Amino acid sequence: MSVLELRDVSRWYGNVVAVNGVTMTIGPGVTGLLGPNGAGKSTLIHMMGGFLAPSSGQVTVDGQRIWKNPSVYRHIGLVPERETAYDFLTGRQFVRAMAKLHRLPNPEAAAERALGMVEMTGPADRIIGNYSKGMKQRVKMASALVHDPPVLLLDEPFNGMDPRQRLHLMDLIRKMAAEGRTVLFSSHILEEVERLAHHIEVVIAGRHAASGDFRAIRRLMTDRPHMFVVRSSDDRRLAAALIADPSTRGVELTSGGLEVEAVDFRRFSLVLPQVARQADIRLWEVAPADESLESVFSYLVAS
Amino acid sequence: MNPVIASITFRAMLSRRRILLLFLLPALLLVLSVGLRVSGHADLDNATMLLTQFGLGALLPLLALLAGTGVIGPEIDDGQIMYIMTKPIARPVISTTKYVVAVVLVVAFGVVPMFVAGVIMTGLTAGLATGFAMGALVAGVAYCALFLAIAVLSRFAVTIGLIYALVWENLIARYASGAKTLSIRQWGISVTDMVTNATAVKASVGSSTAVPLLIVVTVAGVVYAGWKLRTLSITGTD
Repeated sequence: MSVLELRDVSRWYGNVVAVNGVTMTIGPGVTGLLGPNGAGKSTLIHMMGGFLAPSSGQVTVDGQRIWKNPSVYRHIGLVPERETAYDFLTGRQFVRAMAKLHRLPNPEAAAERALGMVEMTGPADRIIGNYSKGMKQRVKMASALVHDPPVLLLDEPFNGMDPRQRLHLMDLIRKMAAEGRTVLFSSHILEEVERLAHHIEVVIAGRHAASGDFRAIRRLMTDRPHMFVVRSSDDRRLAAALIADPSTRGVELTSGGLEVEAVDFRRFSLVLPQVARQADIRLWEVAPADESLESVFSYLVAS
Repeated sequence: MNPVIASITFRAMLSRRRILLLFLLPALLLVLSVGLRVSGHADLDNATMLLTQFGLGALLPLLALLAGTGVIGPEIDDGQIMYIMTKPIARPVISTTKYVVAVVLVVAFGVVPMFVAGVIMTGLTAGLATGFAMGALVAGVAYCALFLAIAVLSRFAVTIGLIYALVWENLIARYASGAKTLSIRQWGISVTDMVTNATAVKASVGSSTAVPLLIVVTVAGVVYAGWKLRTLSITGTD
């Protein structure tokens, strides 16, 4: 059981602030580090992996400082985002070499065990350069698992994977967490995090925007005011009928239809068709106007 | 020294396409020396010219540049070095291992061919072949340390190294005698001059200056690379 801790961590490059005063504690289980591209997820993972000094604050694993302390790598396995991994070696040679670098008592057995965990024993004698993306990701994962670390950091592990590889990796990550490991992975895709992580840390524009149980964050996301564009046979009368109901906070008549701001998503979705039928108005189109991840994120930052 | 890192580095070096250059340059030197020998021009003067101008002046710095930067630069660029850096190994061990690999490559593809070329042309007369082998060895050791340090410091290590070897040592040092004092190539010639009796070899830097400077550059380069690697930052894609 290991705990990663970030205490008031900032990182800036010259005048650009990449990470701003982030404090988080990551314990056993799967934690998803969610944020749009460029939010500072990689910068955070690089600091947790000891590749970047925090400009201020502290990054520790079980109380040990990570920066300039190679001995912490006994407890950390890191899967970098970039694909290149000694393309001229075979999968088996690569994982064995990593086991030897850890000075494990039996590197061959450790390599076989790690390859078995990611189901790469079969293709292990082919060179990495000829692997598919998913196989590369798995062999990188094996190299990070070879010393059986309690902490596993994965930087955008699902990038470029097909759905089948994605499912497989998700199973693997769940298995790692079930064994009591502290697993952190970064992603900019809500759906991936939703399916995998019990705990979510949201980072937006370098700031720690939200933290907690996935359901709580999901509720924050669904309870936020929703914008809809509604086109109907009589927009003006529909607007009057909608604003009379408490589920709607604002209505605007535009040339493209009605822009409705609903504060209670569930109630609004029930009320809208009823109101329309009572007033004998035909609904032509109901479309959410702001379902992009960025708008969800910006709502979270504001709240 | 870490044998696993050394063997991965060797394989990485030998699997790259630029390895061809490692073979081509020494092959050219050997062909030229055989040519001189066969045509009967292989006297001490001509041998010295070939080994100084082509051997110490071109072959050695280019090989050392390829080896010294190649053992670490590309790995830092593409982030592969993360795999060996995320191990409980002191970072200076990583850089020093890579340095040793570079020196071994320079000895195999630079120093040995220079000795063989010397023997082809002049046998062991006047200790010329041995002298150039010694000069090439010490210069190679210093070049590798310098280029390794530059490779850890900058992404443009190959360019910087080329400018040093071609512009500084070849052009500026030819016209400005002061610049010769700060030329690894001249230090190598100075050591060659110490070993050989051939009068054709003329050092422009005394060995009392050259030897300490060789040691300083070598030690400083290796120590700096190790120190710099301890705090090497690898930034992500965002």
